[in-house]
Amino acid sequence: MNFAGHYTYWVTIFLMIAGLYIVIARGNLVKKLIGLGIFQTSVYLLYIAPGKLIGGTAPILAESFKTYSNPLPHVLILTAIVVGVATLALGLAIVVRIREAYGSIEEDEILEKDRSEQGDR
Amino acid sequence: MISSGEHLPALQVVLPLLAAPLMVLVRRGTFAWLLATAVSWGTLLIAVALAARVREAGPIAYAIGNWPPPWGIEYRVDAVNAYVLVLVSLVASVVAPYARASIAAELPRDQRYLFFTMFSLCLAGLLGMTITGDAFNLFVFLEISSLSTYVLIALGRDRRALLAAYQYLVLGTIGATFYIIGVGLLYLMTGTLNIADLAARLREVHELRPVLAALAFITVGIGLKLAMFPLHFWLPNAYAYAPSAITAFLAATATKVSIYVLLRLYFTVFAVRLVFEQLPMAQVLIALSVLAIVATSLVAVFQRDLKRMFAYSSVAQIGYITLGAALVNEPGLTGAVAHLFNHGLTKGALFLLLGGISLRLGGTGIDRVAGLARTMPLTSLGIVLAGLSLIGIPATAGFISKWYFVLGAIEHGYAWLAVLIVATSLIALAYVWRFVEMAYLREPGPGAANPREAPASMLIPAWIMVAGCIYFGLDTSFPVGGARLAAEVLLGGAR
Repeated sequence: MNFAGHYTYWVTIFLMIAGLYIVIARGNLVKKLIGLGIFQTSVYLLYIAPGKLIGGTAPILAESFKTYSNPLPHVLILTAIVVGVATLALGLAIVVRIREAYGSIEEDEILEKDRSEQGDR
Repeated sequence: MISSGEHLPALQVVLPLLAAPLMVLVRRGTFAWLLATAVSWGTLLIAVALAARVREAGPIAYAIGNWPPPWGIEYRVDAVNAYVLVLVSLVASVVAPYARASIAAELPRDQRYLFFTMFSLCLAGLLGMTITGDAFNLFVFLEISSLSTYVLIALGRDRRALLAAYQYLVLGTIGATFYIIGVGLLYLMTGTLNIADLAARLREVHELRPVLAALAFITVGIGLKLAMFPLHFWLPNAYAYAPSAITAFLAATATKVSIYVLLRLYFTVFAVRLVFEQLPMAQVLIALSVLAIVATSLVAVFQRDLKRMFAYSSVAQIGYITLGAALVNEPGLTGAVAHLFNHGLTKGALFLLLGGISLRLGGTGIDRVAGLARTMPLTSLGIVLAGLSLIGIPATAGFISKWYFVLGAIEHGYAWLAVLIVATSLIALAYVWRFVEMAYLREPGPGAANPREAPASMLIPAWIMVAGCIYFGLDTSFPVGGARLAAEVLLGGAR
């Protein structure tokens, strides 16, 4: 397998796994969102990297240009970035509210508080 | 000059999408409620008109901005999604009028207009997911509906609603991202995002490995969104702590639209030959569905909160739907599509009625409803009738779809599965019976200090749903007739 030629895929996969691992392994709600952000970023790379041809130009119809890079993935990922920003903003807003309601942003402490509250009833 | 009827597919989504910012500008709770109600009724009219036109003249293709597909985004309505559009807009039309009284008790005055803004956005997202013929556009609508859903769940009164919304946000985003990875891989292989075009070009792809990876990513991603067992952990908390109106709306629509997306991708894009003949996806889906039905039904029996109980039952009912689809024959698929509608009505009715209980008794714990039949007779009767439909008693909507599941299982040669479908209905009987025992056979507890029937503005929408559960069990021409056409389209492949 052509390892060097596929290096963008390796970077993509590394970011994907690292992001998912952070989401699963960390108990801090903000760190989980950071992991989620890294995970989403890997997808941006997955889309954009294959669209680029070395030596390719923007798709301009003219005699002197022969190879074109595909601009469509850029447009798609622009949308995906907007979605990612909105998700992160909403996630952080919910974390702020959680911190106001529970006084903590550590998942196990929050669950512990819920459990002891249920035990009181 | 083009006649306005031609633009119905675009209006279906644009109407609620434009209503949302208008509500934010006006900032009045009552105005937002009126607009949300008007818009959802409008979308229902459009959906019915589209469904009628599809039945007469076949699929409708609409090029957004007049950019011809596959370059532009295409909206495509056929027998399958016309049916889902009717379900989503119908539920929205019933929930929107209900929401006012329900929300007045659960939210401060200055937040109510935002509730209806999010509701309209969520509706626009769900309708968009259903109507679009473009795989990437579907992702955008998926995120519109998901983001507004997270907000709506976080509006719940209990602080645990915040944690439920957060957990759903994380899992939902992972699901949507998995989906978009899958679509990315398909795009790399085919160079197109249009669903019909994807279906045609995938037939010519010979290097299968990326396509299989795409199938895996999409299955897990959409599986998370539709709460396919064992990816359902976000659902019980989200349903239990969301505002009552939202629980009803989500239970009846959000997971159903995701199931539609899965059916569309399996049957239209990847096609039966790849998914079910070359790969053992049918066996995998049947195994997961059976586990879902048995395990979550049993879990539901032991819940102490009615909302949680019916939330677990939703996971089980989703299991029936995926089971019907995995049989890959006409009765099975007809049952699956019909159960989208029938279960949507049934669960919608149940959660709307539970909203009334929550309003009057301050919660939906099973101990609170002791002697409820005396204090809230109409609500109790409604829950019993909808509960019968959930179990699948003859002459209710739930029976019709289960009947088709049994037919499908027998046609597939799985007699044991048919027995299992009937046997697991008994577990549903067990948890519905727990309510009946509490409400009808117990004396009212001292906690029921405010024993009054729910307000009419909540009871009437809930009873419309209950009446639907009975009516569509007797007259099956819409749910089953529509579902049979949908099953034919799905089994017919890309066309």
